[in-house]
Amino acid sequence: MRMEINWDHLSVEDLSLSKEIIAKIHKIMLKIPNPIAIMHVCGTHEYTIAKNGIRSLLPKNLRVISGPGCPVCVCPATDIDIAVELAKREDVILTTFGDMMRVPSTTYSLLELKARGAQIEVVYSPHDAIELAKNNPDKEVVFFAIGFETTAPLIAFELTMNPPSNFSIICAYKLVPPAMDVLLKIPHLEINGFILPGHVCAIIGAKPFEEYPKRYKSPMVVSGFEVNDMLISIYQIILQLYNKTATVGNSYTRVVQYEGNLQAQSYLEKAFEVTDSFWRGIGEIPNSGYQLREKYHKYDAVKKFDVHVDSDPKMPLGCSCSDVLIGKITPDKCALFGKTCTPQHPIGPCMVSHEGACKVNYMFRDI
Amino acid sequence: MCLAIPGKILSLEEHFAMADFAGTQKKIVVALLPKIQIGEYVIVHAGYAIEKISHEAAQDSLTAWKEMISEGLVAKEDYV
Repeated sequence: MRMEINWDHLSVEDLSLSKEIIAKIHKIMLKIPNPIAIMHVCGTHEYTIAKNGIRSLLPKNLRVISGPGCPVCVCPATDIDIAVELAKREDVILTTFGDMMRVPSTTYSLLELKARGAQIEVVYSPHDAIELAKNNPDKEVVFFAIGFETTAPLIAFELTMNPPSNFSIICAYKLVPPAMDVLLKIPHLEINGFILPGHVCAIIGAKPFEEYPKRYKSPMVVSGFEVNDMLISIYQIILQLYNKTATVGNSYTRVVQYEGNLQAQSYLEKAFEVTDSFWRGIGEIPNSGYQLREKYHKYDAVKKFDVHVDSDPKMPLGCSCSDVLIGKITPDKCALFGKTCTPQHPIGPCMVSHEGACKVNYMFRDI
Repeated sequence: MCLAIPGKILSLEEHFAMADFAGTQKKIVVALLPKIQIGEYVIVHAGYAIEKISHEAAQDSLTAWKEMISEGLVAKEDYV
């Protein structure tokens, strides 16, 4: 006997809705002959999936795999080496989001360097870094600017507001849409559909993803971060696969508009130009990063302090983060997972960040 | 990293606003939402409001989902 859903008194978190969607997913998957793999590219999506045990509720022939959605994880060791070099300077206060502190570089992590006396401050917001620069005019404040399109407009806006001359950034932003091309071309990694990151799309909209479903016949759905957001997105993707359609859908309409946030995009356009960028564990992806426009070069810490690092971008020995990042293996298939590599003693970047697939799966593993 | 939380705008001053996050008040940057008004809800990422979220937004999502589900291939009597 099926429980009738009263839509008028329902919230997006409602469990009865979850049950309804899961039942529908099972029903459709009975009619799809081939195994299906759906990838998400967002650490917060992985958190929702792992925390709520969503994978265990799905049919056996439907896999949801974690892609390169953690900016800390895809930040190359070379960029961390640059931050380390800058933080070693007596005149520099390096500021960073907390997640970057424990990521291994080729020498020290920022946390180890701070323990040795370097001036490294964790900030919640880029604005805090600028305030720090204003309050410390005799110091150089460098902000380690990592993240995807969600995070980049914050600095873009601040740069247009003439921040103090003792402020600069390590510009290490990454762009999500160009990574789709790479992921969809990886041999033996057949991804049938993508769950798109809701807050990246809040900024850039769903529009920049339009070309990929057309080219690869792979449906994509913009998703929010509640359990039912994820379930309805999965449902919408398999429904498209069943109907043999491939478009960009949006199940996060309460936040994401098709065109995105145009004001944020105009700040991005003012401050940055698109450039090729190296992703840790994946390699160089054309047009997948930002560099500062010439007008803002005075805020480029690498140019300002003439930093040169010559490091090998390889992963640590035995570490499988590069396979985890592209969804080739699940974290538990890495020989180091939960043994020598744990959140207390991370070896690879995916075990460090709260959004890293290894850390999330370690936290919510079966014990 | 791309985590964002909802807050209500209490007061506005140029590019800044005071916002309420379920009882905790914090100063945020609203430069990315130039038309935002006092009393409206925003989602905030790393101290910056990145998008407006309408008061009836959750209900809007449900309506969209309801349509999505009713358009599905599974017939009404076909539920498990």
